[in-house]
Amino acid sequence: MNTWLEILLYVQIALSGLCLYRIIRGPTIPDRMVAIDIFGILVVGVCAIIAIDTGKSFILDIGIAWIILSFIGTLTLAKYLSGKKLNE
Amino acid sequence: MIALIVISIGILFNLFGCIGLLRLPDVYNRLQAATKCVTLGCCSILAGVLIHFGFTEAGIKALVAVPLLFFSSTVAAHALIRGTYLFGVKMSDKSVKDDYKDVEK
Amino acid sequence: MRYVVFFILGLIFWLAVTFDISAANIVAGSAASLVCTLIFARFYFKGVQKFFHPARWFWGLVYLMVFVWACIKANFDVAFRVLSPAMPIKPGIVKVRTSLKSEFAKMLLANSITMTPGTLTVDIIGDDFYVHWIYIRSANPEVYTSMILGRFEKYIKKIVE
Repeated sequence: MNTWLEILLYVQIALSGLCLYRIIRGPTIPDRMVAIDIFGILVVGVCAIIAIDTGKSFILDIGIAWIILSFIGTLTLAKYLSGKKLNE
Repeated sequence: MIALIVISIGILFNLFGCIGLLRLPDVYNRLQAATKCVTLGCCSILAGVLIHFGFTEAGIKALVAVPLLFFSSTVAAHALIRGTYLFGVKMSDKSVKDDYKDVEK
Repeated sequence: MRYVVFFILGLIFWLAVTFDISAANIVAGSAASLVCTLIFARFYFKGVQKFFHPARWFWGLVYLMVFVWACIKANFDVAFRVLSPAMPIKPGIVKVRTSLKSEFAKMLLANSITMTPGTLTVDIIGDDFYVHWIYIRSANPEVYTSMILGRFEKYIKKIVE
Protein backbone atom coordinates (compact mmCIF):
# COMPACT_ATOMS: atom_id res chain seq x y z
CA MET A 1 0.00 0.00 0.00
CA ASN A 2 2.72 2.44 0.93
CA THR A 3 4.85 1.75 -2.14
CA TRP A 4 1.86 2.51 -4.41
CA LEU A 5 1.42 5.82 -2.62
CA GLU A 6 5.09 6.63 -3.19
CA ILE A 7 4.78 5.84 -6.89
CA LEU A 8 1.79 8.22 -7.07
CA LEU A 9 3.86 10.90 -5.33
CA TYR A 10 6.65 10.56 -7.87
CA VAL A 11 4.15 10.68 -10.76
CA GLN A 12 2.70 13.91 -9.37
CA ILE A 13 6.17 15.46 -9.07
CA ALA A 14 6.95 14.40 -12.64
CA LEU A 15 3.76 16.19 -13.78
CA SER A 16 5.09 19.35 -12.16
CA GLY A 17 8.18 18.76 -14.29
CA LEU A 18 6.00 18.81 -17.42
CA CYS A 19 4.72 22.22 -16.29
CA LEU A 20 8.34 23.35 -15.92
CA TYR A 21 8.93 22.38 -19.55
CA ARG A 22 6.10 24.70 -20.58
CA ILE A 23 7.47 27.47 -18.35
CA ILE A 24 10.90 27.25 -19.99
CA ARG A 25 9.77 26.70 -23.59
CA GLY A 26 6.52 28.72 -23.73
CA PRO A 27 6.51 30.91 -26.84
CA THR A 28 4.69 33.85 -25.24
CA ILE A 29 4.58 35.37 -21.75
CA PRO A 30 0.96 34.32 -21.01
CA ASP A 31 1.92 30.71 -21.74
CA ARG A 32 4.43 30.84 -18.93
CA MET A 33 1.94 32.41 -16.54
CA VAL A 34 -0.67 29.73 -17.23
CA ALA A 35 1.96 27.08 -16.52
CA ILE A 36 2.90 28.80 -13.24
CA ASP A 37 -0.75 28.83 -12.17
CA ILE A 38 -1.16 25.13 -12.93
CA PHE A 39 2.13 24.40 -11.12
CA GLY A 40 0.72 26.04 -8.00
CA ILE A 41 -2.36 23.81 -8.07
CA LEU A 42 -0.27 20.66 -8.57
CA VAL A 43 1.83 21.45 -5.49
CA VAL A 44 -1.35 21.28 -3.38
CA GLY A 45 -1.79 17.71 -4.60
CA VAL A 46 1.79 16.92 -3.58
CA CYS A 47 1.09 18.33 -0.11
CA ALA A 48 -2.03 16.18 0.24
CA ILE A 49 -0.21 12.98 -0.73
CA ILE A 50 2.66 13.71 1.69
CA ALA A 51 0.06 14.31 4.43
CA ILE A 52 -1.35 10.82 3.89
CA ASP A 53 2.13 9.29 3.71
CA THR A 54 3.39 10.77 6.97
CA GLY A 55 0.03 10.92 8.77
CA LYS A 56 0.63 14.48 9.95
CA SER A 57 -2.07 17.08 9.43
CA PHE A 58 -0.02 20.28 9.49
CA ILE A 59 1.12 19.66 5.90
CA LEU A 60 -2.45 20.33 4.77
CA ASP A 61 -2.11 23.77 6.39
CA ILE A 62 0.80 24.39 4.04
CA GLY A 63 -1.48 23.34 1.17
CA ILE A 64 -4.23 25.78 2.18
CA ALA A 65 -1.76 28.63 2.52
CA TRP A 66 -0.29 27.70 -0.85
CA ILE A 67 -3.71 27.89 -2.53
CA ILE A 68 -4.30 31.43 -1.23
CA LEU A 69 -0.79 32.71 -2.05
CA SER A 70 -0.82 31.22 -5.54
CA PHE A 71 -4.25 32.82 -6.14
CA ILE A 72 -2.97 36.26 -5.14
CA GLY A 73 0.15 35.82 -7.27
CA THR A 74 -1.85 34.81 -10.33
CA LEU A 75 -4.19 37.79 -9.93
CA THR A 76 -1.20 40.12 -9.76
CA LEU A 77 0.30 38.61 -12.92
CA ALA A 78 -3.05 38.92 -14.71
CA LYS A 79 -3.26 42.60 -13.74
CA TYR A 80 0.20 43.11 -15.17
CA LEU A 81 -0.86 41.37 -18.40
CA SER A 82 -3.94 43.53 -18.90
CA GLY A 83 -1.76 46.61 -18.49
CA LYS A 84 -3.40 48.19 -15.44
CA LYS A 85 -2.07 49.74 -12.28
CA LEU A 86 -2.12 47.45 -9.26
CA ASN A 87 -4.37 49.67 -7.17
CA GLU A 88 -7.29 49.68 -9.61
CA MET B 1 -8.00 1.17 -0.23
CA ILE B 2 -10.85 3.28 -1.63
CA ALA B 3 -8.76 6.35 -0.83
CA LEU B 4 -5.93 5.01 -2.97
CA ILE B 5 -8.27 4.40 -5.90
CA VAL B 6 -9.71 7.92 -5.68
CA ILE B 7 -6.21 9.42 -5.52
CA SER B 8 -5.12 7.37 -8.54
CA ILE B 9 -8.10 8.67 -10.55
CA GLY B 10 -7.19 12.20 -9.53
CA ILE B 11 -3.61 11.78 -10.71
CA LEU B 12 -4.86 10.34 -14.01
CA PHE B 13 -6.90 13.55 -14.52
CA ASN B 14 -3.83 15.62 -13.65
CA LEU B 15 -1.90 13.68 -16.30
CA PHE B 16 -4.55 14.53 -18.94
CA GLY B 17 -4.39 18.16 -17.94
CA CYS B 18 -0.62 18.31 -18.29
CA ILE B 19 -0.71 16.54 -21.66
CA GLY B 20 -3.23 19.18 -22.74
CA LEU B 21 -0.86 21.87 -21.52
CA LEU B 22 1.84 20.48 -23.78
CA ARG B 23 -0.16 19.50 -26.86
CA LEU B 24 -2.86 22.09 -27.56
CA PRO B 25 -2.04 24.84 -30.05
CA ASP B 26 -2.64 28.18 -28.28
CA VAL B 27 -2.88 29.74 -24.82
CA TYR B 28 -6.66 29.84 -24.59
CA ASN B 29 -7.10 26.13 -25.28
CA ARG B 30 -4.24 25.23 -22.96
CA LEU B 31 -5.82 27.25 -20.17
CA GLN B 32 -9.16 25.48 -20.71
CA ALA B 33 -7.80 21.95 -20.59
CA ALA B 34 -5.33 22.55 -17.78
CA THR B 35 -7.70 24.44 -15.47
CA LYS B 36 -10.54 21.93 -15.68
CA CYS B 37 -8.52 18.77 -15.42
CA VAL B 38 -6.00 19.85 -12.80
CA THR B 39 -8.61 21.43 -10.54
CA LEU B 40 -10.82 18.35 -10.51
CA GLY B 41 -7.75 16.13 -10.13
CA CYS B 42 -6.53 17.94 -7.04
CA CYS B 43 -10.04 18.07 -5.56
CA SER B 44 -10.16 14.32 -6.07
CA ILE B 45 -6.83 13.88 -4.26
CA LEU B 46 -8.16 15.96 -1.35
CA ALA B 47 -11.31 13.81 -1.32
CA GLY B 48 -9.00 10.81 -1.04
CA VAL B 49 -7.39 12.42 2.01
CA LEU B 50 -10.85 12.93 3.52
CA ILE B 51 -11.74 9.26 2.93
CA HIS B 52 -8.44 8.06 4.38
CA PHE B 53 -8.56 10.11 7.59
CA GLY B 54 -12.33 10.26 8.13
CA PHE B 55 -13.75 13.28 9.98
CA THR B 56 -10.64 14.00 12.03
CA GLU B 57 -8.45 17.10 12.01
CA ALA B 58 -6.77 16.35 8.70
CA GLY B 59 -10.05 15.28 7.05
CA ILE B 60 -11.79 18.54 7.97
CA LYS B 61 -8.85 20.53 6.65
CA ALA B 62 -9.04 18.71 3.32
CA LEU B 63 -12.80 19.37 3.20
CA VAL B 64 -12.16 23.09 3.76
CA ALA B 65 -9.50 23.14 1.06
CA VAL B 66 -11.82 21.76 -1.67
CA PRO B 67 -14.15 24.79 -2.16
CA LEU B 68 -11.22 27.14 -1.62
CA LEU B 69 -9.30 25.48 -4.46
CA PHE B 70 -12.39 25.50 -6.65
CA PHE B 71 -13.21 29.19 -6.39
CA SER B 72 -9.61 30.40 -6.45
CA SER B 73 -8.69 28.43 -9.55
CA THR B 74 -11.78 29.42 -11.54
CA VAL B 75 -11.41 33.10 -10.69
CA ALA B 76 -7.70 32.94 -11.53
CA ALA B 77 -8.61 31.39 -14.89
CA HIS B 78 -11.00 34.27 -15.70
CA ALA B 79 -8.37 36.83 -14.79
CA LEU B 80 -5.65 35.09 -16.79
CA ILE B 81 -7.69 34.62 -19.97
CA ARG B 82 -8.88 38.22 -19.91
CA GLY B 83 -5.36 39.47 -19.31
CA THR B 84 -4.08 37.31 -22.14
CA TYR B 85 -6.64 38.74 -24.54
CA LEU B 86 -5.86 42.32 -23.56
CA PHE B 87 -2.13 41.56 -23.85
CA GLY B 88 -2.75 40.88 -27.53
CA VAL B 89 -2.00 37.20 -28.08
CA LYS B 90 -3.59 35.99 -31.34
CA MET B 91 -5.94 33.02 -31.31
CA SER B 92 -4.79 29.97 -33.27
CA ASP B 93 -5.53 29.47 -36.99
CA LYS B 94 -8.26 26.95 -36.26
CA SER B 95 -10.49 29.58 -34.60
CA VAL B 96 -13.76 30.28 -36.32
CA LYS B 97 -15.43 33.10 -34.39
CA ASP B 98 -14.47 36.07 -32.22
CA ASP B 99 -17.25 38.18 -30.75
CA TYR B 100 -15.00 39.86 -28.20
CA LYS B 101 -12.93 41.69 -30.80
CA ASP B 102 -14.93 44.89 -31.27
CA VAL B 103 -15.99 45.44 -27.67
CA GLU B 104 -14.56 48.48 -25.98
CA LYS B 105 -12.76 47.35 -22.85
CA MET C 1 -27.02 41.91 9.44
CA ARG C 2 -24.50 41.37 6.68
CA TYR C 3 -21.67 41.96 9.14
CA VAL C 4 -23.03 39.40 11.60
CA VAL C 5 -23.33 36.65 8.98
CA PHE C 6 -19.84 37.39 7.70
CA PHE C 7 -18.46 37.27 11.23
CA ILE C 8 -20.06 33.89 11.96
CA LEU C 9 -18.83 32.39 8.69
CA GLY C 10 -15.30 33.60 9.43
CA LEU C 11 -15.41 32.09 12.91
CA ILE C 12 -16.62 28.74 11.52
CA PHE C 13 -13.78 28.78 8.97
CA TRP C 14 -11.23 29.48 11.72
CA LEU C 15 -12.55 26.68 13.93
CA ALA C 16 -12.57 24.22 11.02
CA VAL C 17 -8.98 24.98 10.09
CA THR C 18 -7.52 24.99 13.60
CA PHE C 19 -9.81 22.17 14.87
CA ASP C 20 -9.53 23.01 18.53
CA ILE C 21 -12.53 24.06 20.64
CA SER C 22 -11.00 25.69 23.71
CA ALA C 23 -11.87 29.10 25.13
CA ALA C 24 -8.52 30.65 24.19
CA ASN C 25 -8.83 29.50 20.59
CA ILE C 26 -12.39 30.82 20.27
CA VAL C 27 -11.27 34.23 21.57
CA ALA C 28 -8.36 34.34 19.11
CA GLY C 29 -10.67 33.30 16.25
CA SER C 30 -13.21 35.97 17.16
CA ALA C 31 -10.50 38.62 17.10
CA ALA C 32 -9.20 37.54 13.70
CA SER C 33 -12.73 37.25 12.31
CA LEU C 34 -13.63 40.70 13.67
CA VAL C 35 -10.68 42.30 11.88
CA CYS C 36 -11.64 40.57 8.61
CA THR C 37 -15.27 41.67 9.06
CA LEU C 38 -14.31 45.32 9.55
CA ILE C 39 -12.14 45.31 6.43
CA PHE C 40 -13.97 43.05 3.97
CA ALA C 41 -17.66 42.75 4.89
CA ARG C 42 -18.69 45.75 2.83
CA PHE C 43 -17.83 43.72 -0.30
CA TYR C 44 -20.11 40.88 0.81
CA PHE C 45 -23.27 40.21 -1.19
CA LYS C 46 -26.49 42.02 -0.39
CA GLY C 47 -29.72 40.47 0.84
CA VAL C 48 -28.36 38.13 3.49
CA GLN C 49 -31.83 37.27 4.79
CA LYS C 50 -32.16 34.89 1.81
CA PHE C 51 -29.57 32.83 3.64
CA PHE C 52 -32.13 31.42 6.09
CA HIS C 53 -34.48 29.84 3.57
CA PRO C 54 -34.79 26.01 3.51
CA ALA C 55 -36.04 25.85 -0.09
CA ARG C 56 -32.96 27.70 -1.31
CA TRP C 57 -30.71 25.23 0.53
CA PHE C 58 -32.57 22.34 -1.11
CA TRP C 59 -32.10 23.81 -4.59
CA GLY C 60 -28.48 24.46 -3.67
CA LEU C 61 -27.97 20.75 -3.04
CA VAL C 62 -29.65 19.81 -6.34
CA TYR C 63 -27.48 22.37 -8.09
CA LEU C 64 -24.35 20.96 -6.44
CA MET C 65 -25.13 17.49 -7.79
CA VAL C 66 -25.81 18.75 -11.32
CA PHE C 67 -22.60 20.75 -11.11
CA VAL C 68 -20.39 17.85 -9.98
CA TRP C 69 -21.81 15.64 -12.72
CA ALA C 70 -21.11 18.35 -15.33
CA CYS C 71 -17.57 18.65 -13.97
CA ILE C 72 -16.84 14.95 -14.38
CA LYS C 73 -18.30 15.02 -17.90
CA ALA C 74 -16.09 18.02 -18.68
CA ASN C 75 -13.01 16.09 -17.69
CA PHE C 76 -13.75 13.15 -19.94
CA ASP C 77 -14.52 15.59 -22.74
CA VAL C 78 -11.14 17.31 -22.34
CA ALA C 79 -9.35 13.96 -22.05
CA PHE C 80 -10.93 12.82 -25.32
CA ARG C 81 -9.91 16.00 -27.13
CA VAL C 82 -6.37 15.91 -25.79
CA LEU C 83 -5.64 12.25 -26.38
CA SER C 84 -7.15 11.76 -29.85
CA PRO C 85 -4.44 12.15 -32.51
CA ALA C 86 -6.49 14.43 -34.79
CA MET C 87 -7.37 16.83 -31.93
CA PRO C 88 -10.96 17.83 -32.82
CA ILE C 89 -10.99 21.49 -31.77
CA LYS C 90 -12.77 24.47 -33.36
CA PRO C 91 -12.27 27.29 -30.84
CA GLY C 92 -13.85 30.72 -30.76
CA ILE C 93 -15.37 33.36 -28.49
CA VAL C 94 -19.16 33.66 -28.48
CA LYS C 95 -21.45 36.16 -26.81
CA VAL C 96 -24.38 34.97 -24.71
CA ARG C 97 -26.96 37.01 -22.87
CA THR C 98 -28.25 36.08 -19.43
CA SER C 99 -31.41 37.07 -17.61
CA LEU C 100 -29.86 36.97 -14.13
CA LYS C 101 -29.65 40.30 -12.36
CA SER C 102 -27.67 40.19 -9.13
CA GLU C 103 -23.87 40.26 -9.02
CA PHE C 104 -23.56 37.14 -6.89
CA ALA C 105 -25.72 35.13 -9.31
CA LYS C 106 -23.57 36.26 -12.23
CA MET C 107 -20.43 35.22 -10.37
CA LEU C 108 -21.90 31.79 -9.65
CA LEU C 109 -22.97 31.38 -13.28
CA ALA C 110 -19.53 32.39 -14.56
CA ASN C 111 -17.87 29.83 -12.30
CA SER C 112 -20.29 27.14 -13.47
CA ILE C 113 -19.57 27.97 -17.11
CA THR C 114 -15.87 27.64 -16.44
CA MET C 115 -16.15 24.12 -15.07
CA THR C 116 -18.54 22.72 -17.72
CA PRO C 117 -17.43 20.93 -20.91
CA GLY C 118 -15.33 23.09 -23.17
CA THR C 119 -16.35 26.59 -22.04
CA LEU C 120 -14.50 29.34 -20.17
CA THR C 121 -15.82 32.82 -19.34
CA VAL C 122 -13.63 35.62 -20.68
CA ASP C 123 -15.48 38.73 -19.55
CA ILE C 124 -18.80 40.00 -18.22
CA ILE C 125 -20.04 43.34 -19.50
CA GLY C 126 -23.50 44.25 -18.24
CA ASP C 127 -25.70 41.27 -19.08
CA ASP C 128 -23.42 39.82 -21.75
CA PHE C 129 -21.07 36.94 -21.11
CA TYR C 130 -18.17 36.43 -23.50
CA VAL C 131 -17.40 32.73 -23.51
CA HIS C 132 -14.41 30.95 -25.03
CA TRP C 133 -15.65 27.65 -26.46
CA ILE C 134 -13.26 24.91 -27.49
CA TYR C 135 -15.59 23.31 -30.05
CA ILE C 136 -18.35 25.50 -31.49
CA ARG C 137 -21.20 23.10 -32.20
CA SER C 138 -23.67 25.55 -33.71
CA ALA C 139 -23.67 28.97 -35.32
CA ASN C 140 -27.18 29.94 -34.20
CA PRO C 141 -27.14 32.29 -31.15
CA GLU C 142 -30.33 30.90 -29.59
CA VAL C 143 -29.15 27.31 -29.82
CA TYR C 144 -25.79 27.92 -28.24
CA THR C 145 -27.19 30.18 -25.56
CA SER C 146 -29.45 27.39 -24.35
CA MET C 147 -26.57 24.91 -24.71
CA ILE C 148 -24.24 26.94 -22.51
CA LEU C 149 -26.59 28.51 -19.98
CA GLY C 150 -29.74 26.41 -19.99
CA ARG C 151 -28.55 23.79 -17.56
CA PHE C 152 -27.58 26.14 -14.73
CA GLU C 153 -29.59 29.31 -15.14
CA LYS C 154 -32.85 27.91 -13.82
CA TYR C 155 -31.25 26.45 -10.68
CA ILE C 156 -29.32 29.62 -9.91
CA LYS C 157 -32.49 31.66 -10.36
CA LYS C 158 -34.21 29.45 -7.78
CA ILE C 159 -31.28 29.66 -5.35
CA VAL C 160 -30.41 33.34 -5.43
CA GLU C 161 -33.32 35.36 -6.76
